[in-house]
Amino acid sequence: MLGIKQLVKTYENGHQAVKGVSLEIKKGEFLVLVGPSGCGKSSILRSIAGLESISGGEIHLGGRRVDTEKPALRDIAMVFQNYALYPHMSVYDNLAYGLKNRGVSKPEIQSKIEKVAKTLKIEEYLDRKPAKLSGGQRQRVAMGRAIVRDPQLFLFDEPLSNLDAALRAHMRLEIKKLQRELGVTSVYVTHDQVEAMTLADRIVVLNKGEIEQVGTPAEVYHQPASTFVASFIGSPAMNFIPAVIDEGYLTVGEQQLYLSDYAHLNNETVTLGIRPEHAEILSLSNKTESLSHSPLNLNLQISVVEPLGPNQLVHGKVESTSFIAVTPEMELDQSADLSLVINKENLHIFGKDSKRIPPIKEAVANPISAQEIGDVSTETLSSAIA
Amino acid sequence: MKSNKITDHLILMVGALFMLIPIWLIFASSTHNPNTIVSEGLQWLPGDNMVAIYDEAWNKSLGFSDAVTAKSMIINSMIMGLGFAFGKIVISMMAAFALVYFRLPYATAWFWLIFVTLLLPLEVRIIPSYEVVAGLGLLNSYTGLILPLIASATATFFFRQFFKTIPDELLEAAQLDNAGPFRFLIDILLPLSKTMIAAIFIIMFVVGWNQYLWPIMMTTDESYNTIVMGIKQVLNNINETSLPRYDYAFAMVILAMLPPILVVVLFQRWFVKGLVESEK
Amino acid sequence: MERRQQFFHSPLPYVFLAPQILIIAVFFVYPAAKAVYLSFMLEDPWGTSSLFVWFENYQILFESAEYLSSIGFTLMFAVVVSFLSLGLALLLAVKADNIIHGQGTYKVTLTWVYAVAPAIAGVIGGFLFNPHIGIFTELFAMIGWEFSFQTDPVDATVALVIVSVWKQVSVNFIYFLAGLQSISYAVKEAATLDCISDSKRFWTITFPLLAPTGFFLLVINLTYSFFETFGVIDTMTNGGPGGGTTSLVYKVYRDGFVGADLGGSSAQSVVLLLLVLTLTFIQFRVVEKRVHY
Repeated sequence: MLGIKQLVKTYENGHQAVKGVSLEIKKGEFLVLVGPSGCGKSSILRSIAGLESISGGEIHLGGRRVDTEKPALRDIAMVFQNYALYPHMSVYDNLAYGLKNRGVSKPEIQSKIEKVAKTLKIEEYLDRKPAKLSGGQRQRVAMGRAIVRDPQLFLFDEPLSNLDAALRAHMRLEIKKLQRELGVTSVYVTHDQVEAMTLADRIVVLNKGEIEQVGTPAEVYHQPASTFVASFIGSPAMNFIPAVIDEGYLTVGEQQLYLSDYAHLNNETVTLGIRPEHAEILSLSNKTESLSHSPLNLNLQISVVEPLGPNQLVHGKVESTSFIAVTPEMELDQSADLSLVINKENLHIFGKDSKRIPPIKEAVANPISAQEIGDVSTETLSSAIA
Repeated sequence: MKSNKITDHLILMVGALFMLIPIWLIFASSTHNPNTIVSEGLQWLPGDNMVAIYDEAWNKSLGFSDAVTAKSMIINSMIMGLGFAFGKIVISMMAAFALVYFRLPYATAWFWLIFVTLLLPLEVRIIPSYEVVAGLGLLNSYTGLILPLIASATATFFFRQFFKTIPDELLEAAQLDNAGPFRFLIDILLPLSKTMIAAIFIIMFVVGWNQYLWPIMMTTDESYNTIVMGIKQVLNNINETSLPRYDYAFAMVILAMLPPILVVVLFQRWFVKGLVESEK
Repeated sequence: MERRQQFFHSPLPYVFLAPQILIIAVFFVYPAAKAVYLSFMLEDPWGTSSLFVWFENYQILFESAEYLSSIGFTLMFAVVVSFLSLGLALLLAVKADNIIHGQGTYKVTLTWVYAVAPAIAGVIGGFLFNPHIGIFTELFAMIGWEFSFQTDPVDATVALVIVSVWKQVSVNFIYFLAGLQSISYAVKEAATLDCISDSKRFWTITFPLLAPTGFFLLVINLTYSFFETFGVIDTMTNGGPGGGTTSLVYKVYRDGFVGADLGGSSAQSVVLLLLVLTLTFIQFRVVEKRVHY
């Protein structure tokens, strides 16, 4: 439906905001572009809309090339961060403006607006001017303006960032429901990973103008392709501890653990990634389970405990590296070390280049990624498979 | 959406030229021999006389009593401009301070009294104002030139509006820090108002320098001529001689315009800010 | 707005307020009151006695052909100059807002004229329109117009209009540009998605949002044309030829200062006062209401 080929955007001051991004978006899909500020997500969105000219690459929508066309001709509607409602027009006129300019008949405009107003519950405000509306109401009008146009593509530019937390959570849900109902292809930009995870069919994690990973929320959470993605998705962020893997033996400080999945690595310096929610307290974990799956044992020197209600964040150090664990609410002796266990499946291994090192099953299935590992001798490979 | 369209630039250039050409003609012509101007009209290219004519305009007096040269008139204009701007700012800031930061009985009445000045531009009260000034013995004096003009409300409203945008918390913190009104004004309000003061100063300097009607009315002594009113005299003089000294007249015109223009151009940002903010 | 914290010292605010109030009383209120008073009086030629004559001065005024033609001239002049300078300034401001490069240079070259005194503008105009040395005479001759602003009242009016427009475009440009730049960028972008034609976008979105600024400027311009024309007229035409370019303000000066007709000129002053009242009223009531944010 929407195809972006090698999009490059360089600004006049020489800054290259987008460095060759390619994406394919299916019809009806909700794609979220997420990343820290400056990663290029807004530049990509605005290039799709035609509000920015592109320095290289192509954009195709619905089978035709649009990157050379005027914004109003691309059949795209956009919801702006600051809503951008026309201040001198009533809500009704704001909704009607785009349709009027496209020659839609008055009665048709009226029926379309009535329908949208009902769905978004803004019927009462149709006569009011934007200045007399609250933030949430304006946001709904901004969405209404996009919906009423019935376009091929919806673009959302951080539409929820100006709302307070409670309203944001509510509107997130509304947007998701609406998109499901209307089935319109949508591209959504946000810096908030919670929004990304809850709304997206697929997430595109961007960093400094390049794609770090494209995947479903589950993929991005469970198999982050780099330390950047791993630390960006999930809150609190993933813990990273330096470690070494030699022929499958993972050494973290004084702890050692055999990982058959990584038997192909030789004396590899790696970064071990563990999500705070996966660090369980030893005394609480199921002993029988841990025996058969031999988890990793770590000792946490506690510094601060932050209670959150049902659970708590325990801050401290593991092997002199900062570490956070999420545990159920309980009293802890802060002077003693806390023993943690982490299941093997919840260990993430990243190489010196900060990219994920896939376990051997994947490495064999994808020979290309195996090359990235470094020393891979065929003997270790075949013995591992056996 | 922004464009580099040639037509846009063309229109803007034509506009700019429309503004600049008259001045250029006068300047270029001022550097020529008056005979050239009489026989050929205004000149497009500069001549050879630049240093000579401006020296003459600055230092010599033509058609005035001896002591009145461009130099002396410009000094008067300087005094007028600076005095007007300074006086206006001091008076208006003080009045605005009183109106905003004190619980004044009949505050509204005072406010409207000051407001009334907006309804009474000089032109509405010319003759009686002259009589008052004459009665006070202020004709032909700097005080008489400046004082009657500085109490109009525009600057007062400007400062009043600006003071209202300063958060209450600052005043409360100052009171907790044991600062009385004077301290508050000098240590806190004044520094915060710096850019606004600069902006208003520039505008008022230009207004003061460019005063025409009032100086003409109340100075008969040529030594008090400002350069803007002196121009009229220069015009009369050159029309009365057989060989009009256009070059001298043009040089005087340029000298009369230069200081305010320089101020506006050099301090453009402040100037525009002051204009736009002051009329809200 | 009464939540404001305030100081309570009693005598101090009066000290601060005093200078302005004093000057206002002496130099504004008193002379204005005197003018109103004088407008009801008739002085004898030797200035030794005066007679209260009710509205006779006003009556004479409004029956005088001279005064009526002065009103006509002033009104026509105000309207023409205002609309011309507003239109030109709007055009220039829109273009300046539209371009990417060189905006700073254009801003400087188009705004400096504000600093030129109206009187000086008049002097320059006088030179440029001068039949012997000026360039306009030739220019107009080329299109078959025998321009002579010193003898033909229509030509004189045209010259005055051109000079006044030259002066006023500057100020209007500054305000229009500021107004254009205050329109939220996001609103303009939303409009590019909703409307294909550039000109339609301008008239349905930009222009209405600029309307409050335009209204405000209209009042300012009219005020300028009514009151600040003295300098230009005095240096260019002296109200002539034949009194054909005498604005209301110029007439007040002429009759009162030069002609020593205190009663008549005071009555004229009062008429001007009423005019200012009306304009200020319009400005504060009508204009302030329509401001958008």
